Amino acid sequence: MMENNYIIDLKSISKEYDGVRVLDNINLYVRKNEFITLLGPSGCGKTTTLRIIGGFEQPTEGRVIFEGKDITNVPPYKRQINTVFQKYALFPHMNVFENIAFGLKIKKLPKNEIEKRVKEMLRLVNLQGFENRSIQSLSGGQQQRVAIARALVNEPKVLLLDEPLGALDLKLRKEMQTELKNMQQRVGITFIYVTHDQEEALTMSDTVVVMDKGVIQQIGTPEDIYNEPKNAFVAKFIGESNIIDGIMHEDFVVEFAGEVFKCIDKGFSKKETIEVVIRPEDLEITIPEEGKLKGIVKSVTFKGVHYEIIVNDGNRDWKIHSTIMKPVGTEIGMNIAPENIHVMKKVNEK
Amino acid sequence: MKMKALSYPYIVWIAIFIVVPLVLVFLYAITANGGNLTDARVTLDNFRKFMDPKYLDVLWISVKLALQSTVITLVVGYPIAMIIAKEKPSKRNIMIFLFVIPMWMNFLLRTYAWLTLLGKNGVINFIVTSLGFKPLDLLYHDGAVLLGMVYNFLPFMVLPIYSVLVKIDKSLIEAAEDLGANKFQIFTKITMPLSIPGVITGITMVFMPAVSTFVISRLLGGGQYMLIGNLIEQQFLWVGDWHFGSAISIIMMIFILITMALTSKFDSEKEGSRGLW
Repeated sequence: MMENNYIIDLKSISKEYDGVRVLDNINLYVRKNEFITLLGPSGCGKTTTLRIIGGFEQPTEGRVIFEGKDITNVPPYKRQINTVFQKYALFPHMNVFENIAFGLKIKKLPKNEIEKRVKEMLRLVNLQGFENRSIQSLSGGQQQRVAIARALVNEPKVLLLDEPLGALDLKLRKEMQTELKNMQQRVGITFIYVTHDQEEALTMSDTVVVMDKGVIQQIGTPEDIYNEPKNAFVAKFIGESNIIDGIMHEDFVVEFAGEVFKCIDKGFSKKETIEVVIRPEDLEITIPEEGKLKGIVKSVTFKGVHYEIIVNDGNRDWKIHSTIMKPVGTEIGMNIAPENIHVMKKVNEK
Repeated sequence: MKMKALSYPYIVWIAIFIVVPLVLVFLYAITANGGNLTDARVTLDNFRKFMDPKYLDVLWISVKLALQSTVITLVVGYPIAMIIAKEKPSKRNIMIFLFVIPMWMNFLLRTYAWLTLLGKNGVINFIVTSLGFKPLDLLYHDGAVLLGMVYNFLPFMVLPIYSVLVKIDKSLIEAAEDLGANKFQIFTKITMPLSIPGVITGITMVFMPAVSTFVISRLLGGGQYMLIGNLIEQQFLWVGDWHFGSAISIIMMIFILITMALTSKFDSEKEGSRGLW
């Protein structure tokens, strides 16, 4: 087994608040130096999972393993894990230097050592010369950097980040995304990142964990998650998609929307009812005679890089992203390449 | 403009009930001769008279007792405020409610109640004597007055500290814990410094009434017991020397102002918080 490579291993974690189950049997391992993102809508349990790793919550069932040792009952201040909190949680009665030095002072490091490391950190987060500034005088982005510096200066083995970019505006968020990713690669620390922003998750992570209703829906690389969503929830949550009911005739042959298509999926039982995911950008527009599917253009919206075209084939609407503009009312044909047909097991939603 | 109009009654109120009396007190303090302002002459005799050791002694005891009761209410009140602030909101409100209920009752009555508890034939001595001990001397000394002060002013210490503590962002505590601070360090480095504004308010709200009280000292200290508040009351009501009484009032006010300035100086050293001044 590769056990040694796991820095954190969550074993059957469940959590209940007043009888309400918010986490249900979470099994998750995190490799060293990995950038892993817990992604899901609010209330899916991602923050609770993070807080359990940080030690701020105790799981109702299950164990938290850190480098092979059970740390389920170890208090936060004894864990080699640091957290960047959602609203930064900077100490308002201390200046930038004192905030960053807090952890080191607690560890009673010599004064010059503290100064050296704080200076280094300020350079890393691009805030040289801000030592004596008060927290209130900083902008959101700067506070964010101080919060990251305050956590990283302790050289934790794992850094937990709870929606750290949520309060920033779009432009700054994009900048910080790249910066965070770079920082992670430079310092070589495992990052566990929580967000509800699917784009953020796809851009930054090595591994994405999609969660919903306290259950892990899928774990995989950003490509896997996007291209091979395991179920309709993941498909809907990550990007836009057309989800259609279908039947798997045999390996590599699937029927949906009244037509039989070649695909690259296998391992389903014969005649199994399934769901098919087709990304809007994977529908190719052709002339009606050459299209396997035909439909009338219902609406066209300009989205910048592409047009969003809604096409009705008589039974359902198809969402297409295309750089080609088709006026409303025209009949068009649509084709789908076999590798762009994603077959998922059908889950009965309550 | 509308807001300005709304403030007129308040300004009139302040003028009639605060500014005019203060000016009168000041005028009385620096004049002498009879009760008539017209044939008065300006003098500092009233202040000079106060420099007598027997009066300075009264001032000293008043300040000492007020300081003691402030320290005791702080030491007792801070943990109470912390305990309440840590509870769940529903339980918190009940606890605060229970704490405030006695304050609905008249201040005087509450203090009288202590007489029946502490008196020679009071409840406590009844228990003590029925257990076969000699009755205790519980009333008419510093201790009794101090007890009365602490009892009456404790809520004024607890409430401001509580309201500051309850507003401290819980994630700050978690952040400190995350950075390696244990419970004790979290208290000394985060909770305590952040609660200073509440402590300052609490000290102000206890020290001021404590140093000027005359009801508690009269009831629990006995007829001969003299604090500066009693001294002022005596000058105005019994001796009839309004000039000397006003002078003592001014001295006491200056004393309170100095104390407040000192405490809020502590406070203003920290950014983001503001004291009374």
